[in-house]
Amino acid sequence: MVKKVRSHITQNEPLLFERSSPGKKGYQLPDLDVPTVSAEEALGADNTRAEIEDFPEVSEVDVIRHFTRLSTWNYAIDLGCYPLGSCTMKYNPRVNELVARTEGLAWAHPYQPESLAQGAMEVMAALEAALAEITGMDAVTLQPAAGAHGEYTGLLLTRALLESRGNPRKKILAPDSAHGTNPATATMAGYAVENIKSNDRGVISPETLAAAVNEDVAALMVTNPNTLGVFEEEIRKIADIMHSKGCMVYMDGANMNALVGIARPGDFGVDVMHLNLHKTFSTPHGGGGPGAGAVAVRSHLEPFLPGPRLKRVGEAWSWNYDLPQSIGRVRAFYGNFGVLVRALAYIMAHGGPGLRLATMDAVLNANYVRKLLEPYYEIAYKAPSMHECVFSDDRQAAKGVRTGDIAKRMIDYGFHPYTVSFPLIVHGALMIEPTETEGKAELDQMAEALIAIADEVEKDPQMVLKAPHTTRTGRVDEVGAARKPVLRWKRS
Amino acid sequence: MTTYPEDLYYTKEHEWVRVEGQSATIGITDHAQSELGDIVYVDLPQPGATIEQGKTFGSVESVKAVSDVYAPVSGEVAEVNQTLATNPEKLNEDPHGEAWLVKIKLTAPDEIKQLLSAADYQKYIGA
Amino acid sequence: MLDAIGAESLESLFSHLPEDVRLARPLNIAAGKSEYEIVDYFRARGGETANGYASFLGAGVYSHYRPVMVDTVVSRGEFLTSYTPYQAEISQGILTTIFEFQTMICQLTGMDVANASMYDGSTAVPEAAMMAARVTGRDRVLVSRAVHPEYREVLATYASRQGMPVEEIAYDAATGSVDLEDLERKLDTKTAAVIIQSPNFFGAVENVKKAAALAHAKGALLVYVFAEAVSLGLLEPPRDADIVVGELQSFAITPSYGGPFAGIIAAKEKFLRQMPGRLVGESKDVNGNRAFCLTLSTREQHIRREKATSNICTNQALVALMATVFMSVYGKQGLRELAQQNLSKAHYLASKLPVRFSGPFFNEFVVKPGRRTPAEVNGELLGKKIIGGLDLERFYPELKGSVLVCCTEMVTRSQMDEVARAFGAGE
Repeated sequence: MVKKVRSHITQNEPLLFERSSPGKKGYQLPDLDVPTVSAEEALGADNTRAEIEDFPEVSEVDVIRHFTRLSTWNYAIDLGCYPLGSCTMKYNPRVNELVARTEGLAWAHPYQPESLAQGAMEVMAALEAALAEITGMDAVTLQPAAGAHGEYTGLLLTRALLESRGNPRKKILAPDSAHGTNPATATMAGYAVENIKSNDRGVISPETLAAAVNEDVAALMVTNPNTLGVFEEEIRKIADIMHSKGCMVYMDGANMNALVGIARPGDFGVDVMHLNLHKTFSTPHGGGGPGAGAVAVRSHLEPFLPGPRLKRVGEAWSWNYDLPQSIGRVRAFYGNFGVLVRALAYIMAHGGPGLRLATMDAVLNANYVRKLLEPYYEIAYKAPSMHECVFSDDRQAAKGVRTGDIAKRMIDYGFHPYTVSFPLIVHGALMIEPTETEGKAELDQMAEALIAIADEVEKDPQMVLKAPHTTRTGRVDEVGAARKPVLRWKRS
Repeated sequence: MTTYPEDLYYTKEHEWVRVEGQSATIGITDHAQSELGDIVYVDLPQPGATIEQGKTFGSVESVKAVSDVYAPVSGEVAEVNQTLATNPEKLNEDPHGEAWLVKIKLTAPDEIKQLLSAADYQKYIGA
Repeated sequence: MLDAIGAESLESLFSHLPEDVRLARPLNIAAGKSEYEIVDYFRARGGETANGYASFLGAGVYSHYRPVMVDTVVSRGEFLTSYTPYQAEISQGILTTIFEFQTMICQLTGMDVANASMYDGSTAVPEAAMMAARVTGRDRVLVSRAVHPEYREVLATYASRQGMPVEEIAYDAATGSVDLEDLERKLDTKTAAVIIQSPNFFGAVENVKKAAALAHAKGALLVYVFAEAVSLGLLEPPRDADIVVGELQSFAITPSYGGPFAGIIAAKEKFLRQMPGRLVGESKDVNGNRAFCLTLSTREQHIRREKATSNICTNQALVALMATVFMSVYGKQGLRELAQQNLSKAHYLASKLPVRFSGPFFNEFVVKPGRRTPAEVNGELLGKKIIGGLDLERFYPELKGSVLVCCTEMVTRSQMDEVARAFGAGE
């Protein structure tokens, strides 16, 4: 019945500290070619530590066994479809890993002379240009480390522009379907947040927005397509309303995988946006990072971008620190360069036509999955889907089974679950984003799994409620973990 | 079926208050704890803090949700239920009794009149 | 698939987008390239940088040897291509490594709790300041002028939008460490945090005990910052600090022109609820087996939204894993021996040069202005395929002519002798 998986043995493995034994080591340093200096003398006895208590003492073989065994306890894109909505879990091309390790790039020090960093600067310039073309914006900064960091940068830019016009204003508007980072970011940027209620089609209605906009509003944060996977068709009207009151339109680019090559935010009224290079541009998520959150702006926001900025001087690149209106740095150095290399490699491999095709395939896959599942799950909003589709657990909840339970049961079928219970405006959401890198066979299997689970909900809900049954780790007691937090190992 | 004691007053934000002279004991209702699920953490003010009717003075957390607690009446915090710091699960077990949140000295006793009776509260939550 | 969904063509999937929103032309990006062409392009770019040079640059980014084991582990697709471990049952691999990471950071820093990682050292500094503000209910921040200049710039960016006044504490012109008298003068009962770095930007080791005592006397928290993690192999951990933040780039993370790196934040247990970012906790599964899961998530943006402790979502898990493997390979003895080698090399070179500050230093120190300008010295070294130290005038105009020099285990005695010669030693 379950086509994708059958169980196999996994190795048990203790924590490194439990594997340790005194005196074991897994390293060999070269002989010191200068006289050994006494730490007590050089640093002072008070400043010199005793041994690091309980730090690991293991051999090289211990290390490889340890981490290899742990790795087998993880699900990953390399094992199969990972349809987490809003996360764009697409295949991570391995050539990107290779080129990011190119000697002269991986070992470039951020303070080495510009004359000896031209290759790295050229990579950044090429990526800035490609992202500006893709978004239809005028300038790009690659400094932010992740999407939320990009949002933060974008709102500081907004604040700086409005300040330069005399009033930074007080509020950010965000639809009730927004990512949690949006309101959290607004607060960090010194703004209050006001929610805009989505209409019955799941999108912002220009009338509701117009009623909420006034001279206190700095910007609207909008995700497009929104977190329901629905394109904000009135985006132009929305942008006009905002602009007419002197407000900015900030676009959360988390869902840019639905638009690349098809539509450009710069062409539909967006003033500032971020891109998640670890989503749309395939850089690996690595269990939660590193990401990169490039920010693209229209020309009126360009003077405020964080510095330094790349500047062409004659035949060479140079860093320009003379930016009197800049918001200042949002991080040290120039950005997550290693991630930028991977993103540029992805763009080069696809090229303009390939990027567009990838978008179309992502939207095709989402619509295909939607079609297969619609008879079994309640689609949250009837509007056409872009790169992801969102169902509610209404039918299953009637049997006492919730989205979180269905997700756990998917694991038994060999899939990583979809995004659970988000967006918040859908009661019991199942948010599915297959991405373009899944083929029909994998999508069919995933849909079959979800259909089989819908059937189980009818006939044997306990099977679903107690899932997963086949994993080496069963449901984890999260309540116990939160009530009595144990956040580090200690010798017992 | 849960009983909502007749001698308590209730709010639409799901707090209760028991008045004894110039003092009052405040807690959250059984309905509130059951909506939140397993409670894992309770954040409360220090003794001496002043709380104001209708304003938040603490929060109650489950694994995946945080719920603010609003003051049903105004006053000065006299005592905080220390048990909840180490045993937040008590809030699931005995919300109207042992798992009270704070005891306060009332500064505006008349505010009580704006609160719901047990019968009205039960009607409000549809119990 | 098009038939299944009743669509005529791929283009028709977008027909509901208003005409004036759609891009009417192809993207102006060249057609796709082959794998070979891509590799070739980046090799060429790599060739336009300082390939094959020895480096005496530190200043927050250090060239340390990366054990082969590090890339071996992080190249495993199960780690590389997994997402944030929200589904604990199929994410025990990464959850376990994060738990080990949190433990090792606590062991290194002497703190009680550490999170799963921050973007980098620079962004961890304002996060620590904001955390201190939440803990103390105050808003003023004092930061040592010997904290990395770019970290201070990032702090200024964040703090100004939070309405947090930031003031700098001078460094002692003789020792190069924080001027404790100036600190005492500037501390008041509005101060939330005192931020010092050790070893500081000049390489000098700070007196954490004294700084902590001064801060605590006024009810402020002491935030300890480190940029050179290898120093913790020898330096007394900052047990007197309240919050420790730092940069783990030294732990097997390539300089990579400035990122991606991994930051840490660690603190005393009583501040746990005010920590930003992700935390992994130990628990049990339904079968009674030890299991790990993300925990205390109610602090975070996806639940508490505008009231979250930070907006951080994506962190640096894979880079933190590099550091975890590094710490496992070197272990208790190795980290100490590595630190010992760095200390010895730096002191070897320092013994041949006029050192600007008298305070104790680890693997970095400042060379006094000499007969030749920093540009002349570094220019000569470049000819020998050596990148010299950092000209400090850029960040500290008052230190014009001074050079910050770093010696890791990667530089050899003969390269150090070349550097000494270029500075004019023995002339």
